[in-house]
Amino acid sequence: MTTLIEFLQINWLETLYKAWEHLYISLIAVLLGISVAIPLGIVLTRMKKGAGFVIGFVNIVQTFPSLAVLAFFIPFLGVGKLPAIVALFFYSVLPILRNTYTGIKGVNPNLLESGKGLGMTNWERIFLVELPLSLPVIMAGIRTSSVYLIGWATLASFIGGGGLGDYIFIGLNLYQPAYIIFGAVPVTLMAVLIDYLFAKIEQKVTPKGIKGIKETV
Amino acid sequence: MENVSKTYKGGKNAVKNINLEIKKGEFICFIGPSGCGKTTTMKMINRLIEPSGGAIYINGENILHKNPIELRRHIGYVIQSIGLFPHMTISENITLVPKLLKWKEKKRQEKAKELLKLVDMGPEYLDRYPHELSGGQQQRIGVLRALAANPPLILMDEPFGALDPITRDSLQEEFKNLQKTLDKTIVFVTHDMDEAIKLADRIVILKDGEIVQVGTPDEILRNPKNEFVEEFIGKERLIQTRPNVELVRQIMNKNPISITEDKSLSDAIALMKEKRVDSLLVVDENNQLKGYVDIETIDEKRKKASTIKDLLITDLYKVQADTMIRDTVQKILKRGVKYVPVVDETNHLVGIVTRASLVDIVYDSIWGTDDALITTIS
Repeated sequence: MTTLIEFLQINWLETLYKAWEHLYISLIAVLLGISVAIPLGIVLTRMKKGAGFVIGFVNIVQTFPSLAVLAFFIPFLGVGKLPAIVALFFYSVLPILRNTYTGIKGVNPNLLESGKGLGMTNWERIFLVELPLSLPVIMAGIRTSSVYLIGWATLASFIGGGGLGDYIFIGLNLYQPAYIIFGAVPVTLMAVLIDYLFAKIEQKVTPKGIKGIKETV
Repeated sequence: MENVSKTYKGGKNAVKNINLEIKKGEFICFIGPSGCGKTTTMKMINRLIEPSGGAIYINGENILHKNPIELRRHIGYVIQSIGLFPHMTISENITLVPKLLKWKEKKRQEKAKELLKLVDMGPEYLDRYPHELSGGQQQRIGVLRALAANPPLILMDEPFGALDPITRDSLQEEFKNLQKTLDKTIVFVTHDMDEAIKLADRIVILKDGEIVQVGTPDEILRNPKNEFVEEFIGKERLIQTRPNVELVRQIMNKNPISITEDKSLSDAIALMKEKRVDSLLVVDENNQLKGYVDIETIDEKRKKASTIKDLLITDLYKVQADTMIRDTVQKILKRGVKYVPVVDETNHLVGIVTRASLVDIVYDSIWGTDDALITTIS
């Protein structure tokens, strides 16, 4: 116990910095993921064929060992934060993409017909009908993907990306439990906190009119 | 140009070469069994389905040359499943098309309030969400949404099909009135013949993508073109409207008790006694209807008058032999008269419709026998 307190006394600033680094890597990756996966998901819903293929492909990407993916980018992007973010971004795409796709596909076709019949353009249908109605589902995807990424971001330290992973691997290599604990506990806390936060956001963005009646969405 | 005219010619199988002209302000019902192409035909009007051949004109303009988005914004559209957007308030739902047309916020709000009044709903509904409303209320909003941008033409796809019969009935009534006051052209798709008869100015019966018959509800009920139409209308309704008892001529009593005006009062009384009636129709020597006398007047003024001419009451309702029974019945029931004399075009007395004749009609429509009609009572 005393070693833990000592560790904190010496390294608290660095721990905070590592935590920040960690958060920063994961969130940038998630943001990139959102900006790619949502439009892609919308595009997929407009495709008659090919949607299954793309989702299947992304599914396969998801099964690649994360360490391998991280290592894969080193020849192209070198080491550091950039390859870490890029690799994590690949992982964030799938849950968001899948939820965007299923969320929009799940919008009652009658509503789309009525939107079309009222003279909405394709864009207006996406922004006024499909996205608001599938937002809760999409948010759930973002939430899942953020929590995953916070966990995987620990691996970023392998390719010099920094983050709390540094502590965990130092601790493992040098057999220093304090390092392991101060690497793992903040990551866990962060994941729990982000999950909670996104759950709140999810609730907030659910349109008021559909809270009472989920089944018509 | 005040006339909305359309010609469709669909080359594909679902709808085959349909030609139809719809006038402005007309309420048209498309009706037919499922798969007959009625919805397809309707959806071609706002190009939700693109016609594969032919052309559709609205006010002389070929809609196929117009931007479909623009076109749809100027055509109201109501669907069976209502299709209100659950994430929007009632007011947002109603004013959706005006919003798409980029109206000012204030103007939209006013429009929403004004429209709600049309269906007797207060402004307190403006900020509610669709799921807080009953099915009937939701469809009212659905109709209002179609009206919001004030389109001259509204398409409706079985709008009342999903409602319970009582709500449906009141909504139909409400909507028909609304249509009359707003003077909209309406194309209404239904599979419910009762609904079509109730609402339509003209009914278009479709089968296998082709028009079988077009006509007013009366025309179709009286002269179903073929077996299909007959079957579709249903036996029950055909009996109700019985083509053979549509005209007064067919149900009137052909031997009305009449008297010429130069006869004396005692003759009149004697005739009344003999025929057991309390009034007599008065005709001249050419059998032209002049008026009537009744026992009360005779009783009152017997001392002053000597001939029927002096007591003649000329103010009476009469109908022509070729008018519809419906109208006659209405006169009898509404004005409370006991009988209506029937005349031909030149005012010759040819018959009489009495309350007893009505009993026959009622009897006939309930039990559907023909012999009751032959019985004559006066």
